[in-house]
Amino acid sequence: MNLLIIRIKTFKKYSYLLFNFVKKDFFKKYRRSVLGVLWSVLNPLLMAAVVSTAFSRIFRIQTEHYPVYYLTGALIFNFMSGATSRSLLSMVEASGLIKKVYVPKYIFPLEKCLFELVTTVFSFLAVILVMPLLGVAPSLSALLFLVPIFYVLVFNIGLGMILSAVNVFFRDIEHLYAVLTQAWLFLTPVLYPVDALPESARWFLKINPMYYFIDYFRRVVMYGQLPDLRLNVICGVFSILFFVVGLIIFKKTQDKFILYV
Amino acid sequence: MSNAVEVNGINMMFNMSKEKLGSLKEYLLRFAKRQLYYEAFAALTDVNFQIEKGDVFGIVGVNGSGKSTLLKIVSGIMKPTSGSVRTEGSIAPLIELGAGFDNELTARENIFLNGSVLGYSKRYITGHFNDIVEFSEMRDFLDMPMKNYSTGMVARVGFAIATIIKPDILVIDEILAVGDFRFQEKCERRIAELMSGGTTVLIVSHSVEQIERLCKHALWLEHGMVKMLGNAGEVCAAYKNN
Repeated sequence: MNLLIIRIKTFKKYSYLLFNFVKKDFFKKYRRSVLGVLWSVLNPLLMAAVVSTAFSRIFRIQTEHYPVYYLTGALIFNFMSGATSRSLLSMVEASGLIKKVYVPKYIFPLEKCLFELVTTVFSFLAVILVMPLLGVAPSLSALLFLVPIFYVLVFNIGLGMILSAVNVFFRDIEHLYAVLTQAWLFLTPVLYPVDALPESARWFLKINPMYYFIDYFRRVVMYGQLPDLRLNVICGVFSILFFVVGLIIFKKTQDKFILYV
Repeated sequence: MSNAVEVNGINMMFNMSKEKLGSLKEYLLRFAKRQLYYEAFAALTDVNFQIEKGDVFGIVGVNGSGKSTLLKIVSGIMKPTSGSVRTEGSIAPLIELGAGFDNELTARENIFLNGSVLGYSKRYITGHFNDIVEFSEMRDFLDMPMKNYSTGMVARVGFAIATIIKPDILVIDEILAVGDFRFQEKCERRIAELMSGGTTVLIVSHSVEQIERLCKHALWLEHGMVKMLGNAGEVCAAYKNN
């Protein structure tokens, strides 16, 4: 109990650092670009234009309101892939700092996840704004968008801690992960409707947390439905499971980071 | 009087890559046999000492004798392979000035960033911002990106931030060799000020004279082992005659 209070106090002490890191990353991302933060809004829209043209004209995918279908799925998937691939590098990048001064190490992957959260919220604004133009008026349930985003955030922090710790010891992960997320994207119904997935690959959906997160997000933002308890439980279990496993792996290995980075 | 720092039987092992392996075959062979091509190197062996509150404690030794490793362990940056360290109160490590400075940001932004790296709150930094700027004498360059700063200028800002707080324990590693002569004097004055205010100081320096002048007690490290521990004057004399 006492230890928990100390942990919370330490976290509070370093919360300003966390804020500063996010601010710095944000500044660096848009430095010297004319449109600046507008890119967070424009990028998903331009991507949607390209992808929906390609997929509806070339691959002839017939889904109602395909651009919105794609945008909502991509938003959640990119949140995950962006946050985790940034987290992956975070400990190695922090090597200069952690060798010189004591900072709680979880700050680094956590910061990358929060940074990606900020960009995701900007992109969400873009999606909500163009949805009526694409023929889908967002209903009131869209206000619940923070719920699935929160599930994904917790999931990201867990997976991010695992990846950042493992990457300290095996840098191979760095090269492998880009390929893995690409495969993961193709196995998740982001670009195509669920029934387009061949029967033989369906089993993967059952164990694919991204499928449930995206499903949840689309239901509240696009279809105006309230997700049932079952979906909430599944999403919650995935998030907490990854978070706890990530925390354990990170805690067990963090004292050795400094010898390997 | 109680101790500010207690170091109990510290050992620190590093992995050191040793020989070069001639061929891929050899590499794979050793990999398969799990005969890692690393060799353990003992940076510190059974180091014990205590520092009383308010003491100024020096560590001398040649390059590679484990001085910096010891400081990093005391500051909590590294965990020892075995043994334990107990410290009481807040620690300000002046091990490398300006840890976490970002060259793309201005000095103003870096003061806030570096301050938060050291665990200060926003209010605290805002409250002491002027003192920091005053001490570093960098007011005219505040809004210039740090990449245009010279090494000495960076060190000034770093020193000013690190010593603005009144820590219980101050850990100093060779940093008094930065900046110009006048600024070095200023740094020494600030450290003397902190010392008279009851701060415990742990200092590593190549300059034996500096240790003799500043410290009450000293430790002499050789090959990661304690060669001598005691009165600063005696330890420094023995070290010089070595």
